[in-house]
Amino acid sequence: MSKKEILVLEELLGSNKKIAAEIRKKLEEKGILTINLLSSPGAGKTTLLEKMAEKLKADYRMAVIEGDIETEKDAERIRAKGIPAWQIITGGACHLEAKMVGKLFPEIPADLDFLFIENVGNLVCPASYDLGENIRCVLLSTPEGDDKPKKYPKAFTTSDCLIITKSDLMPVLPFDLEYACKEALEVNPNLKIFVTSALKETGIDEWVEHLVSALHELRQKNA
Amino acid sequence: MSTSSPLSTNCGRRMHELSIIASLFEILEEKAKEQKAKKIVSVKLKVGALSGVVPEFLKTSFDIYKKETIASGAELEIEEVPLKVQCQKCGAEITKDDFIFICEKCASRELKTLSGTELLLEKIELEL
Repeated sequence: MSKKEILVLEELLGSNKKIAAEIRKKLEEKGILTINLLSSPGAGKTTLLEKMAEKLKADYRMAVIEGDIETEKDAERIRAKGIPAWQIITGGACHLEAKMVGKLFPEIPADLDFLFIENVGNLVCPASYDLGENIRCVLLSTPEGDDKPKKYPKAFTTSDCLIITKSDLMPVLPFDLEYACKEALEVNPNLKIFVTSALKETGIDEWVEHLVSALHELRQKNA
Repeated sequence: MSTSSPLSTNCGRRMHELSIIASLFEILEEKAKEQKAKKIVSVKLKVGALSGVVPEFLKTSFDIYKKETIASGAELEIEEVPLKVQCQKCGAEITKDDFIFICEKCASRELKTLSGTELLLEKIELEL
């Protein structure tokens, strides 16, 4: 009997990263911009997507991958807007992984402009998993409180955009917008921040414009 | 994720650490096979402060998962790696105990992360 030590130096999430990189490459080749939406449950991811559907439908083709622990409810809401949607039911898992997205790959139409992935509502675990997105976006709803960026740093440090949702509730909540933005920019100075209300339809156009310009950049890179 | 474990479908309810441990076991089984090892005696991970995982939960998950595997008697060692950044303006290297990306010396926000985001299997000890 002999013992042997071997140096491995492998990333534990290396296989997820590899699959994510393949997904990103394939989608980019098709000129599809992919957006991964992260937030706690109830922050308004699906409602934002419903609004996106209304804004983008006339000029662009979008589709949505919905991640939830149970039920097909979110995909049904998106389909009701005339948008193709697939539901991944994780059956308990707290996050989506790249291989779950990869399995849907054959069903994704090649002529899409935007592919949105709505992650499982959770501000912790989804932050560790690259899904092959071009833009990662974290949502923070005003009722959750303005102190979340430093409490859940990974979700904010790994995101490209922060969307503050339910801004219409600010007058009745102790939510300090300036403080929330300051806290978020301290954990990630590169965050692009959008302040939105789906109910009052404010701030959504700026977010749409941001995505459209990112799509053009991607297509220019391809050309 | 291994489908052989009865816990694999349940992992989410225990947060994502068990799912990460399942990925670890995929690598461990592959390495043990490559080396024709009888047992895995010890496993060492490097876990960054900004890796998004809790070392304590990794240990618990490891102990649950290892039963009836090649690593059933293995010890898990975790080296916690602090978040270390370098200011791109003044060059200061700072070990942070918070996640505020502002240089403490010159207040610049251009900081490069040197370490602290890793989630790495560093080495294993095998019995041949």
